[in-house]
Amino acid sequence: MIEADDPAEVVRVAEGAVALGGRPILRDIDLTVNHGEVVALLGANGSGKSTLVKAIVGLNPMTKGEVRLFGTPLEKFSQWPRLGYVPQRSTIAQGVPSTVWEVVASGRMSRRRPLLPLRAADREAIGAAIEQVGLGDRTKHQVSTLSGGQQQRVLMARTLAGEPELLVLDEPNAGVDLASQHDIANTLAARAALGSTILVVLHELGPFEPLIQRTVTMREGRITYDGPPITSPGFDHGHSHHHHDQPRPVIVGPQVTAPLDGSRNGGTV
Amino acid sequence: MFEVLFSQLMLRALIAAAVTGLAAPTVGTYLVQRRLSLLGDGIGHICVTGVALGLLTGTSPTFSAIVIAIFGALLIELIRSSGKASGDVALALLFYGGIAGGLVLIQLAGNGAYALQGYLFGSITAISWTDVWVSVGLAVTVIALSIALLPQLFAVSNDEDYALTTGLKVRFYNVLISVLAAVSVSVAMRTVGLLLVSALMIIPVATAQQFTRGFRITMFSAMTAGALAAVTGVGVTGFVDAPPGAMIVLVALAGFALTAPIGLLIQRRRKARVPYPVDVPPDPQPVEEPHDHEHRHGCGHLAVEHGDHIDYIHDGHRHAVHGGHYDEH
Repeated sequence: MIEADDPAEVVRVAEGAVALGGRPILRDIDLTVNHGEVVALLGANGSGKSTLVKAIVGLNPMTKGEVRLFGTPLEKFSQWPRLGYVPQRSTIAQGVPSTVWEVVASGRMSRRRPLLPLRAADREAIGAAIEQVGLGDRTKHQVSTLSGGQQQRVLMARTLAGEPELLVLDEPNAGVDLASQHDIANTLAARAALGSTILVVLHELGPFEPLIQRTVTMREGRITYDGPPITSPGFDHGHSHHHHDQPRPVIVGPQVTAPLDGSRNGGTV
Repeated sequence: MFEVLFSQLMLRALIAAAVTGLAAPTVGTYLVQRRLSLLGDGIGHICVTGVALGLLTGTSPTFSAIVIAIFGALLIELIRSSGKASGDVALALLFYGGIAGGLVLIQLAGNGAYALQGYLFGSITAISWTDVWVSVGLAVTVIALSIALLPQLFAVSNDEDYALTTGLKVRFYNVLISVLAAVSVSVAMRTVGLLLVSALMIIPVATAQQFTRGFRITMFSAMTAGALAAVTGVGVTGFVDAPPGAMIVLVALAGFALTAPIGLLIQRRRKARVPYPVDVPPDPQPVEEPHDHEHRHGCGHLAVEHGDHIDYIHDGHRHAVHGGHYDEH
């Protein structure tokens, strides 16, 4: 058992459960993300991936269990500059036009005090974040006229402007063209190389595959797999007997145990 | 013939109109951003009860209107943030209750519908210098807070969930926007009237955002458009016998209608510049190529024994018969 305030534990969910509108969505969630790790959260639509990351960043209250960020229980957590959340792109819908710069600048709020003007450091971080996602030539463009992939990069830049240590991304490649997916994956790889901790919800690994160090798979609100990355065909197809020399992943939950060599794993959980 | 514009009465009306025209679109920009364009209407309805209470108790109707408007705005924000599907209906109930309650209270106050009319449709030509200075004071407060806290209020209106994860006091800023809206409604009540309050908050924003790309510039353009419409509308009534409140709204609408063709043109040109998304076809799936060839012993493909079956090496990968198809191994 690791100590609860171990500084290496960036995210820790213990016996977590989430109910939305009285309906239980997540149950028995135990998840730890350590400093510097790049973890992908996979699963089918409706498996609870987004609900879980929203619970981790404090948008969905837990009905049971506990979330700790950087060792602090979420309800007492106040080091917001360390957290960087990138929501799904659908949230970018807006009534009044806003420019790329304005939206990215709002990612700096965790480090700004009200009524004080932007400091040089703020401007530098905002500019650098826009450059990092390759939108340097579109600073003054209206966000709603950009393509889906560019809008996703704007959301990414907004979070990077806050210079967070932990990045939590919710389906950054949904509805995004492949070129932008590669750009986003490259940006993340650069952050990971600088020591950022990354938890990313994905529908499929795609261009993110090379940087993922661990995958967590969810099904029907539970974590069903937590281990080294798996490429989808071998996993789903039930022919994993070719991979005897690979490290055996921790399989949680009965559903997945059956197709994966039930006879070999029979008695264990 | 222009001396009418310099009478004391006209001067008061113009000053009150100018500050209302500046303040209302400031808050209106946040409301449009949050897709709450009709919030001003709702608060206006509730204000009817506030005015009636003032007339009934013999206190200043403006003061009681502000108190009730703030109370109503907080209630609306509470219903909205609870996020329930029934919130929409709850808001409607609140609005009707505000109007009906006001009408009944007015009757109790004795002087009935006539006194209320000035508040429903505006009474800018009947205001005193004290009214003018109160309006100026409130309007300046609204404008100052809206602009000074623009980064925070923008972040909260633009993406409430994300704003929470940056540690912003989202609830405080939501309440602040509601209170600012309530105060601007109370101020605009004297110029355009409660029934048309929302028009002065929203139309200038709609006009401005045809041309703008950014939030800040939209707000400042809307303030200019609002002040221009208000001053022009009141100025026109110096020559034409028309209700000033309605005239202000008509001028604002005319401004929108006249600029709409240019706005459409600009929007179209901007859309044309948006690049087509680069559609890269997904990676070809290396399975299920047509197999009219049946693998068997001596078919020309290298056979590999594999557990309980035999794989055949085929174009660099291994095929295994499995039902009616081949598995890739």
